[in-house]
Amino acid sequence: MTIAFYITAFIAILSTLLVITRYNPVHALLYLVVSLLSLAMIFYLLGAAFAALLEVIIYAGAIMVLFIFVIMLLNLGKETAEQEKKWLKPKVWFGPAVLSLVLLVELGYLLSIPDQNLYTPDQAVEPKIVAIALFQPYLIGVELAAMLLMAGVVGAAHIGQHKKVVLHRFLQEKGSV
Amino acid sequence: MDNLLWLIPVSPLAGALLLILAGNRMSKAAIAFVGAGSICLSAILTLVVGFNFLSNTPPTGIMSQTLWSWFEVANFKPEITLYLDALSLVFIFVITFIGALIHIYSAGFMTTDKDYSRFFACMNLFVFSMLMLVLADNLLLLYLGWEGVGLCSYLLIGFWHESHANGYAARKAFIITRIGDTAMAIGLFLLFYQFGTLAIPDILHKAPESWSNGSSGVTIVALLLLAGGLGKSAQLPLQTWLPDAMAGPSPVSALIHAATMVTAGVYLIARMHVLFELSPIAQTTVAVIGAVTLFIAGFSALTQYDIKRVLAYSTISQIGYMFLALGVGAYSAAIFHFMIHAFFKALLFLAAGAVIEALHHEHNMFKMGGLKDKLPVIFWTFLIGSASLAALPLLSAGFYSKDQILWYAWAGEGGNPWLWLLALLGAFITAAYTTRMMILTFWGESKTTVSHKPGKLMTVPLIILAFFALFGGFIELPHNFAHFTLFSNLLQPVLPLTKLNVNESSEWLFQLIAAIATLSGIALAYFFYSRQPMRLAGLRTNGAFNSLYRFWHSGWGFDKAYDTLLVKPLVYVSRANKHDIIDRIYSGITTASLTFYRWLSLTQTGSLRWYVMGLIVGAIIILTMQIML
Amino acid sequence: MNGISINMVMILAAILFILGIAGVIIRKNIIFMLLSVEIMLNASGLAFIAAGAKWAQPDGQIMFIFILAMAAAEVSVGLALILQVYHQHQSLDIDKLKEMRG
Repeated sequence: MTIAFYITAFIAILSTLLVITRYNPVHALLYLVVSLLSLAMIFYLLGAAFAALLEVIIYAGAIMVLFIFVIMLLNLGKETAEQEKKWLKPKVWFGPAVLSLVLLVELGYLLSIPDQNLYTPDQAVEPKIVAIALFQPYLIGVELAAMLLMAGVVGAAHIGQHKKVVLHRFLQEKGSV
Repeated sequence: MDNLLWLIPVSPLAGALLLILAGNRMSKAAIAFVGAGSICLSAILTLVVGFNFLSNTPPTGIMSQTLWSWFEVANFKPEITLYLDALSLVFIFVITFIGALIHIYSAGFMTTDKDYSRFFACMNLFVFSMLMLVLADNLLLLYLGWEGVGLCSYLLIGFWHESHANGYAARKAFIITRIGDTAMAIGLFLLFYQFGTLAIPDILHKAPESWSNGSSGVTIVALLLLAGGLGKSAQLPLQTWLPDAMAGPSPVSALIHAATMVTAGVYLIARMHVLFELSPIAQTTVAVIGAVTLFIAGFSALTQYDIKRVLAYSTISQIGYMFLALGVGAYSAAIFHFMIHAFFKALLFLAAGAVIEALHHEHNMFKMGGLKDKLPVIFWTFLIGSASLAALPLLSAGFYSKDQILWYAWAGEGGNPWLWLLALLGAFITAAYTTRMMILTFWGESKTTVSHKPGKLMTVPLIILAFFALFGGFIELPHNFAHFTLFSNLLQPVLPLTKLNVNESSEWLFQLIAAIATLSGIALAYFFYSRQPMRLAGLRTNGAFNSLYRFWHSGWGFDKAYDTLLVKPLVYVSRANKHDIIDRIYSGITTASLTFYRWLSLTQTGSLRWYVMGLIVGAIIILTMQIML
Repeated sequence: MNGISINMVMILAAILFILGIAGVIIRKNIIFMLLSVEIMLNASGLAFIAAGAKWAQPDGQIMFIFILAMAAAEVSVGLALILQVYHQHQSLDIDKLKEMRG
């Protein structure tokens, strides 16, 4: 069990690292999908099968696909890769990398307080229990999440509208008459 | 009838208020009537009240009238109480009587001035303040009058305020007297701290019980009160304002700077004489300051060429005599000299004003001359006044008063041969400069022509004052003449009789010496200015004599010393502080916050990545704190 | 019996989170920044799940579900906004969007 966990964790970290260093946006997205899948695996190892399920279906399935669609719409291809190459000079990422490293070290230090609590597979949380909790104590959260999702849908639909700009015929460019 | 006592100060106050409120709408005649009439009313009332007081003197020798209670805080309850005894009677007599004559004179003197009503308003206000000063029952009320006369002096010196020099002279007078006033205020605080009250009779009763003879407490209070008197009376070291105060009109100089305000210090010391008697140090200081001042001022007067400045230095010198008398314990002699001095000095100032007016504003004596025949009335009155000032033996009133002071300087309780010697030399110099002034102004050839002669309004007061300057001395004759001591008997309930150290019989010797001094002074001036004027010019080519002459002319360098030591540093500091340092602190706070604002606004780059970096840095900081603590 | 220590899971979550933050500030392309935000959200979700597993309570997973819902809404709106930004400025450079400076 532990071995599986460590291997999966390693894959997650590696693929995430690759996400943020790729030039081509599609490559980055694919690596992110890999990272999400490995994370789902870790969820399963922790006994949260329902969460693993949701992660795969919603996160990797819907949200990432949304990203891919937008990239297709924006036609980000080769030129973007070139652009990113230009933008990612060492002097750009060195400082932030150092900062992040510092933060990581601190977080790691704080988290490694000796308080070992081992998990055993018998302590898996059933989806049934999660569902009951959703419908009893956390009912209002569910309702709010629903409202949020609706707001998101409406907002996205409205903002993403393309209004045709109508120019007077004298202002139209030559060649488009 | 003591219920008329309150009218004496209120009448000038009413006049002042009426003139302030309605002055520009009244005609010249009405203004003069109100202005001079209010003082004349006070003078008449003084005569009535005084006569009543003298004929049925109350057993305590005091007549007081409480008007109302001023305020009450904790246990301190000063009242507006008017207090009449022999000392204040003498003072109000002088103030109202001479004041009335001067007001009548100024009705004529100031006719062509456009600020006629303002002049009389200020003069009336001044007379009111001075009367309150001398009639006050408690020191707080006295201080009210004290400040009031200071204010009116400022207003009247700077009366012709269009000229900057007049404003400067007025400010100088005010600031220098203020220094004295502050010392006096501290003295009043100490008195209140000691006794819990500022009522004069109470203080004078309780003082001998609270303070032993010569204790430091009473010495300090006495010296502080003395400092107040020094400021108002223009004695050393605060005497520099009086010669410059001659920038005001001549009636102002006559009333304020000859007869009344400058004698406020004399009044204060005479009134609080118990305190001074308890402190020999303070009393000796009074005498020494008086003697040195009269000596210094005499030399300065000898070298002036502006006729009013000669009279100003002469005033400083004569008040030095009064201080000297107070210092040796000769209180009644000091008050007697005050009264006689008021008469002849006011006369001299008014006559000098008439001369200046007649010569169309010419102040320089060396440009006058030959007025003996052109202005006869003024000549004779001026002559009588000068005789009194020089203390011409036997004839003039000044002789009797000054001679008394000289005698007591030698023979009095606090007397000292050195003081007597300084006073004698002072008398010699007084005679010399007085004769010089007369000769230069009235004899010789006429260098400026007379433009117009003074009218009746100006000459009649001169004649009245001359009468008193001549005959006023006969109410107090020395012991070996006729023992006619009317004046000191009058003052005896208030001021103790002077005690003598020396045998009385040698008094005639000193009178003779004083007479010789006066006559030789006259002779010296006559020699140098009438007989052989070339001698003086010859002497002045000598370098050492010339610089000494100029040193005396500048008032013994006091002005220059004060300027270098005090005025210049202060002006320098105030110029350096032009952008006020305290203000700078506050505007510095705003500048600092503006700077911080500018620095902070640099962090708003609008770049998202920058903000996230800020978040990271913040998180690092907080986590670091978590780790550390 | 070997178990997975919670500390290690938390450290993993921390590493992923830091990688997400690094991604946000290193990349200039808006799309990549949004991607990195997703990484961060994910990492915090992992932390919640781990905590829930430690105490054997459903609350962790429920929190994760809410995070998921929120991420979905946020991504949809965010991508719509990115489309508008691209339409207006013809560029996906975030440094061009500096009108809030000062």
